[in-house]
Amino acid sequence: MADVEMKEPGGGRHQGTKSKKLSTRIDMTPMVDVAFLLITFFMLTTTLQKPKTMNLYLPEDVKNPEEQNKVKESQALTIILGKNHQVYYYYGTGQEPNERMYKTTFANKGGIRDVIINKWNSVIKNSGGRDSLVAIIKPMNDAAYEDVVNMLDEMNINGVQKYALVDSIYDFERNLMNQADQNPVPDPTLSGQ
Amino acid sequence: MPKVKLPRKSTAIDMTPMVDVAFLLLTFFMLTTKFKPNDPVTIVTPSSISTKLLPESNIAMILIGKDGRVFFDLDNKFKKQQLMSDFNSQYHLGLTKDQINSYAIGGPVGVPIKMLPQLLNVPADQRNAFPQPGIPIDSANNELDQWIKYTLNVNNGNPNLQFVIKADDNTKYEVVKQVLKTLKANHLNKLHLVTNLKPIPPGTAAWREQQAASGGANASTNKQQ
Repeated sequence: MADVEMKEPGGGRHQGTKSKKLSTRIDMTPMVDVAFLLITFFMLTTTLQKPKTMNLYLPEDVKNPEEQNKVKESQALTIILGKNHQVYYYYGTGQEPNERMYKTTFANKGGIRDVIINKWNSVIKNSGGRDSLVAIIKPMNDAAYEDVVNMLDEMNINGVQKYALVDSIYDFERNLMNQADQNPVPDPTLSGQ
Repeated sequence: MPKVKLPRKSTAIDMTPMVDVAFLLLTFFMLTTKFKPNDPVTIVTPSSISTKLLPESNIAMILIGKDGRVFFDLDNKFKKQQLMSDFNSQYHLGLTKDQINSYAIGGPVGVPIKMLPQLLNVPADQRNAFPQPGIPIDSANNELDQWIKYTLNVNNGNPNLQFVIKADDNTKYEVVKQVLKTLKANHLNKLHLVTNLKPIPPGTAAWREQQAASGGANASTNKQQ
């Protein structure tokens, strides 16, 4: 029984009961722990960059081929996207038989961008500013989607307003592609650069 | 020589400023966060210079994985619910109310319509583990066309409905071509392609335009001053 200590209520000092002043400081370490844990969680799960989108306008299918807009051979540039990020192109729409196909890449310098800029300038110069460049983009079935988007983006980068995504690839184009693969020739119009 | 006694300093530091900063950051991340979409396929989108944001609402998204599997999703739960009950009555799928609701709260799905009951038996949060073969898109059995037609139907002519294509870098164009063809057949000619932002290469037409725009803005502010 001696263990039990009983405080006698009347036993203490009577004058001026001073309550012991407790410190207002608390240990914040656990709170900080939780806060940083949550920060880490949100930082890892968040996607700061909202996804962007690129608009794509598809042409309405025209039943009658005569209703389609005609593109002048002199203002057209046909680009074919092959597999393994290969880019083939020729000037014109393929109506004239003496086309020559060239092979290039997506490289920033000496790639398809230079071809577009070069052709763009020559179309404006030759027509006195009346015509603008029309790009025809033909992706092959085994072209990567990335290349298609890059090509469409290249149109936006170079300010080409008129371009079309076309599906049909003609036999002569396949032949020309084979030729360009076997003995590639440099594009003579680019030699000035 | 008397020993010099250094006063022992307390190792406790005042953590209040650190807590302030920590909570500030926490608030920032909590408010700005938008959770990564839980897609059944990992899709690495290509990059473009376009700065247009993905529309917030009224979107129908077609996802194409790099293996060519096609998935479909709407952002509106009520429209999804309606779409699934239309499918249910049209194809006699025998779905329960719970299964339809489970579809509405779940993510994109990519199974043939006949497989939907099987897929919707799986709880929404475990559905990504279910092997989904993708929505058939070949011209003989183009179910994506059905998804699009029913989506247009439940949105009955809502002009704000936008179709978004989210495809992987390495998706073959063949699949994309078929999807575009299907959309075109439904007279959906204005599409959005999900891309990442990449910087405009200097020296190009778009770059000059941007320079002119920012230069013009500076000039006008200078004038005001």
